[in-house]
Amino acid sequence: MSAFQDTMVITQRQLRLLTRVPEVLLFSTIQPIMFVLLFRYVFGGSIDTGQPGGYVQLLMPGIFVQTVAFTLAGTASGLAEDMKKGLIDRFRSLPISQSALVVGRTLGDSLLNIVVLFAMGITGWLVGWRPSGGAFNVFLGFAFLLGFGYALSWIGAFVGLSAKDFRVVQNVSFLVTFPLTFLSNAFAPTTGMPRPLQYFAEWNPVSTMVAACRELFGLENQFGATAGSFPSENPLITSLIYMVLIMAVFVPLSVRKYRKAAG
Amino acid sequence: MKSVIAEDLVKTYDKGNVKALDHLSLDVEEGTVLSVLGPNGAGKTTTVRILSTLLRPDSGRATVAGIDVIKDPDKVREVIGLSGQYAAVDEILTGYDNLVMFGRLYHLGKKQAVVRANELLERFSLTEAAKRPIKTYSGGMRRRLDLAASLIVKPKVLFLDEPTTGLDPRGRQEMWGVIQELVKGGVTLLLTTQYLEEADQLADEIAVIDNGKVIARGTSDVLKKQVGGERLEVVVESQHVAKTLEIVEKISGHSASLDEGLRLIASPVSTGSAALFEVLKALDAAGIHALDVGLKRPSLDDVFLALTGHVAEEKKAEEEKTSKRVKEKK
Ligand SMILES: Nc1ncnc2c1ncn2[C@@H]1O[C@H](COP(=O)(O)OP(=O)(O)O)[C@@H](O)[C@H]1O
Ligand SMILES: [Mg+2]
Repeated sequence: MSAFQDTMVITQRQLRLLTRVPEVLLFSTIQPIMFVLLFRYVFGGSIDTGQPGGYVQLLMPGIFVQTVAFTLAGTASGLAEDMKKGLIDRFRSLPISQSALVVGRTLGDSLLNIVVLFAMGITGWLVGWRPSGGAFNVFLGFAFLLGFGYALSWIGAFVGLSAKDFRVVQNVSFLVTFPLTFLSNAFAPTTGMPRPLQYFAEWNPVSTMVAACRELFGLENQFGATAGSFPSENPLITSLIYMVLIMAVFVPLSVRKYRKAAG
Repeated sequence: MKSVIAEDLVKTYDKGNVKALDHLSLDVEEGTVLSVLGPNGAGKTTTVRILSTLLRPDSGRATVAGIDVIKDPDKVREVIGLSGQYAAVDEILTGYDNLVMFGRLYHLGKKQAVVRANELLERFSLTEAAKRPIKTYSGGMRRRLDLAASLIVKPKVLFLDEPTTGLDPRGRQEMWGVIQELVKGGVTLLLTTQYLEEADQLADEIAVIDNGKVIARGTSDVLKKQVGGERLEVVVESQHVAKTLEIVEKISGHSASLDEGLRLIASPVSTGSAALFEVLKALDAAGIHALDVGLKRPSLDDVFLALTGHVAEEKKAEEEKTSKRVKEKK
């Protein structure tokens, strides 16, 4: 019970940070909105999708997934900042649950994702995005997105608590997220990639997430060399397995790291 | 009763190459203040972090308020307050927000946390700045807020790691005032410092540490005696120096030293003020007017020099800092 309360206090802290520095919320929303508009109007015209409704239908799931993938960097830099300021030491000297700080932080980052996804969804709608999978499936899609962001946030927690230097944290976060988001089906079909990359791209959790969302939003997925592979046939289940795996590894690792922080 | 006991603490870094603590032992009597005095790199922070459950020693035992630090860290956290070497408060939140948050984390109810926050802000003269983000605070205000955060639930044992390092003289004076108030309230306090004067001012007892070991301990008076008793110092006009030297040596029974530039004659004395009186009488009889005269007790600087053979000075701290920076660059 008190572990839950401790966690909520930490999450509240993070929400309060957002009200104190509204720029954070503003920029974490503006950036993905900018991406939507850029891809929709700059690249959208030159990519032939063969989907009814045009490129924006394929694009939106991709940008949603990319955006929640960046939760990793957000959690990592937030915790690294707390480490640098000595705040982690203070929290660790308090009689609170040893997981409260990290759980509270990852939950707070997910709440931020809700706001950002909402703003992106509205923008997408305005530029022609029309998910057709039915209200329940669309809702499920967003739940998946939040779950994926939450799982990645735990990788971020581990990175943030492990690194000694703030810049290292940023570099590592980008090294993890960039290849994952771009070596995927998020922005263009993987069919044009060299074969080995296609395999990587189809097994890439970002791709399975994008494919899962496309399915839930009522689109047909297109596959190249890997058509018929397990992740291509079962993107929803594969994504779910990835989330569980990531959490199973990184929740204990991060909590352990926290308990021994800066030892 | 001992509120803090540390026995034979050993902590090494870099696979044993850096010995941060080398069989360090100390204890703090309930309701008293122990100052752990040592230069930069002596092992002060490591000691505090072990006692406050943040770090596990390689070997050794420690209890705080009778609770084993290694076996029962959760229980220890319930009875301690810690204010680390760097003020650890959330920069973006206000002073008030910080204290309410920490109050909630100490499991006070919402209302209680608010009441307690306001009380502490008042007590540490931060009421006016309460609604400002910490990043607008001066160094002294941050340290006071950090201290306030460690006092939300009256701790049985309080740890302060270099509470005045980095403060300007005014900030330091204010911090000393605040700590002296606390001490009057009867808190058990372990305080680390690099400042000899600070240990002298605030502590009942001092443990001098160097290279991870306690090299001397006792009250400030005992430590000073260890280095030698009082010294008699007289300043006279230059034409009287020779005669005065003779008088001082005769009365003290020790050879006297002369600082020619300052025209200062000094000699150890064992009889204190009696010797002072005799010297004044003899000078008067010889028609010599003393410009300045006094009994000096050895400073803690003298103590440190006598104990370690090096001065516990900023210089060493500077060296450490630069060597650390070089390491970071690599
Ligand atoms: N995390 C660490 N890794 C390596 N060496 C460390 C670490 N922490 C402390 N040390 C070393 O241990 C010694 C004691 O450090 P510390 O307890 O911080 O000293 P103080 O607080 O008295 O300045 C120093 O030589 C320091 O460089
Ligand atoms: Mg230190």
